[in-house]
Amino acid sequence: MALLEVEKISCIYEDRPALIDYSLEVVQGEIAALLGPSGCGKTTILRAILGFEPILRGEIRIAGEVMSRPGFSVLPERRPVGMVFQDRALFPHLTVAQNIAIGIRREPKTDQDRTVHRLLEIIGLENCFSRYPHELSGGQQERVALARALAPQPRLLLLDEPFASLDIDLRERLSFEVRDILKEAGSTAVVVTHYQDEAFAMGDQVGVMKDGAILQWDTPFNIYHRPASRQVASLVGRGVFIEGILREGGTFDTELGRVRDDHNTYSHPSGTRMDILLRPDDVLIDAEGEISATVIEKAFKGDDTLYTLQLESGTQLLALASSHKDLEINEETRLSLDLEHLVAFPKAPKE
Amino acid sequence: MTLVPGFSGRFWYWGSRLLAAAILVPLVVIFGAWLAPTTEVWGHLAATVLPTLIGNTLLLIVGVAIGTLILGVSLAWLVSTCEFPGRRWFDWALMLPFALPTYVMAFVFLGLLDFQGPVQGLIRQVFGLPESWSVEVRHSAGVLAIMVLVLYPYVYLLARVAFLKQGRTALEAAHTLGMTSWQSFFRVALPMARPAIIGGVSLAVMEALADFGAVAVFNYDTFTTAIYKSWFGFFDLNAASQLASLLLMFVFVVLYLERSGRSRARFDDASSSLDSRTYRLRGLRAATASAYCGLVLLLAFVIPMVQLLLWAHRWIDDLDFAYLSLLGNTLTLGAMAAVATTAGGLVLAYALRRDTSWLTRASVRIGTLGYAIPGSVLAVAVMWSLSWVDHRVAEVWLWLTGTEATWVFVGGVFSLILAYFARFLALAFNPIDSALEQVRPSIREAAQSLGFTGMALVGKIYVPILRPGLLTAALLVLVDVMKEMPATLLLRPFGWDTLAVRIYGLSSEGLWERAALPSVALVAVGLIPVFLLVARGRR
Repeated sequence: MALLEVEKISCIYEDRPALIDYSLEVVQGEIAALLGPSGCGKTTILRAILGFEPILRGEIRIAGEVMSRPGFSVLPERRPVGMVFQDRALFPHLTVAQNIAIGIRREPKTDQDRTVHRLLEIIGLENCFSRYPHELSGGQQERVALARALAPQPRLLLLDEPFASLDIDLRERLSFEVRDILKEAGSTAVVVTHYQDEAFAMGDQVGVMKDGAILQWDTPFNIYHRPASRQVASLVGRGVFIEGILREGGTFDTELGRVRDDHNTYSHPSGTRMDILLRPDDVLIDAEGEISATVIEKAFKGDDTLYTLQLESGTQLLALASSHKDLEINEETRLSLDLEHLVAFPKAPKE
Repeated sequence: MTLVPGFSGRFWYWGSRLLAAAILVPLVVIFGAWLAPTTEVWGHLAATVLPTLIGNTLLLIVGVAIGTLILGVSLAWLVSTCEFPGRRWFDWALMLPFALPTYVMAFVFLGLLDFQGPVQGLIRQVFGLPESWSVEVRHSAGVLAIMVLVLYPYVYLLARVAFLKQGRTALEAAHTLGMTSWQSFFRVALPMARPAIIGGVSLAVMEALADFGAVAVFNYDTFTTAIYKSWFGFFDLNAASQLASLLLMFVFVVLYLERSGRSRARFDDASSSLDSRTYRLRGLRAATASAYCGLVLLLAFVIPMVQLLLWAHRWIDDLDFAYLSLLGNTLTLGAMAAVATTAGGLVLAYALRRDTSWLTRASVRIGTLGYAIPGSVLAVAVMWSLSWVDHRVAEVWLWLTGTEATWVFVGGVFSLILAYFARFLALAFNPIDSALEQVRPSIREAAQSLGFTGMALVGKIYVPILRPGLLTAALLVLVDVMKEMPATLLLRPFGWDTLAVRIYGLSSEGLWERAALPSVALVAVGLIPVFLLVARGRR
């Protein structure tokens, strides 16, 4: 049985509908990540689970026990749920140790001390025991916020954009660190974020959200390489769609030649116009390649360079290449395709 | 590299020290009074009234502190974290009592509640009590109630900002850690707002210590009334100074408590300030919240205002040319003080940026200490200092010309302006300082790189940016000078009666109704800074 069950809930946030018939299940010990642009309802679902937002329809259960249903809500302080807030919300008038201990203030003092020391050790801040939050760096504050939420041993931990205010390097490092800490503690957690690298780094399962609904619920690999819909494909990662016509046996005729899909079968009739997703890593800059193109834009990223290339027909593609290769803008080059997983959707009706 | 165009560094260096001296010298002079042989008057005072004075002052401090704390914090908590009918409106309306000077509030309530007032008359009528039945309202509880009703906005204002700044996540975090609403209030919200609340309570207590009018109306003997009596009753400036120095000791204790309220922990976590209410009150609780806010507003503003307007209307015939000269005097003094203080505040604020030595920083701190010194103390100090200067001038004059000199400073407008200056310098400094804060070095550098130098830099960049701050400073000082009573009473030159002096004269004779007319004018003026505050809050 799932630890967290959110069953077809509807919610209004700041006077507009934020969630409609929303469902979510997270099993014991799993970390789920909700990925989506701002305003997609990610924060609302967390607040509903915490008990700060009433729900109009549906039901929220934790370990089988009803937490929210229309007209009924267990008080936030009675729920076995911990939260790491986006702005951390550390109490500025308490030291690090006091902040961590405040959730277990009813336990005997010796137990409190033991828990605080164990958590400080886990987050690697043993020496910051008696410091105040403003005396810590952003990353340290984040870790303290995590330790504070973990101290009462909640059945479920929620993290709201936990690393949004940190720089990229730290964000990446902390995502893995926090994942390790959560896994070690055997915690069940829901992370909400709008950074895909954060969602992919932390989540066992990722839910891609838009407009108050989950578009796809899958592993990070599948979300990226097997998006269930055009919307997911355009929300996650970069890429462009090119047109192809479906032929017998899962092959497509495109302006880049004939491409073949070995993994999927298509029920659409032969001759259907389809959109095929080309990720930047599917397109190789290759002197031996058969396709010719012109560089029209380049973005140097250090490790690699992202080129925008234009075909003679005017179609534009993205290609990721090692930054050793240094093509000039307007330079002619040749391409080849490296398609492992083909993603294709029936062509959208003209808008 | 000059940060501020126009003047060299020396100007700011000596300017700030001179201003600090203007505050420090009077203080030293006050304590110097103990060096002079004690007078008979002092012996008499020490033997008879001093214990009462100290007892009354302690009661005032404790009573006002507790009262404003409870009223200010509870109201601030309601409007900043709860949602209930009328909340938006109460949010700013609860600041309105700021506009009522304590002495006006005092005589209005005395007029309403004393033996001949409408309330006791009604009680006698309803319960069929004899004409002789009465309740004495000139009671210490009455003074405390008046002070709390007028001074709670200091706590309300600062606590409200503190609660709003905490944002709602701090409270939500407390809930997710298992605290109930009451626990999160006492364990999280209140401790986080502690510096702001202590600051507000200290300001309220300092105002109460400095008050002269309300305690005079209620015959409640405090140091300010004793200073007044020993000066005007016994003409003993020395005894007045000794009393003033004792009052200063109380002020310093409060000031110390305010400063030490800030510890290593930092409290304003400005990272988020969502303007969203955490608790939506319903039913009986919502009605109770609205009723509570409404009751405070009714007692602290609506009832006294209505009564004032009724009385003023009845005595509208008083309005004649004499009032024109009163108003003229009030405005003239206010304007002179506003110009002087604004200039002084500008010098301090510039000096702080021009020269970062500890002596300059100390000068600025001393210069802005005057807000804590009661007007009566300053009056005595200014009188002492200037009469010393006058004596020296007279000696020199006698030596030079062989004739007696008239006094130059004492009894002149200058002494009064000097007292205002010392008292309100901090009031002018703060808005100017925050305006100057906006002229970051990069702004000046950008302007210079675009070809603005010298006077063009001042005229096109500095003046437009500083103008709102300077105007606010001048306006705040103008309003406070107009309301100021004790220093004005003690130092005003002959014939320079102001609205506040007239109110004191009428209300000390029990002529509440006739005192209403000048009071309405003062309250109207007093509303200006309240609206400034509200407008700034909206932005």
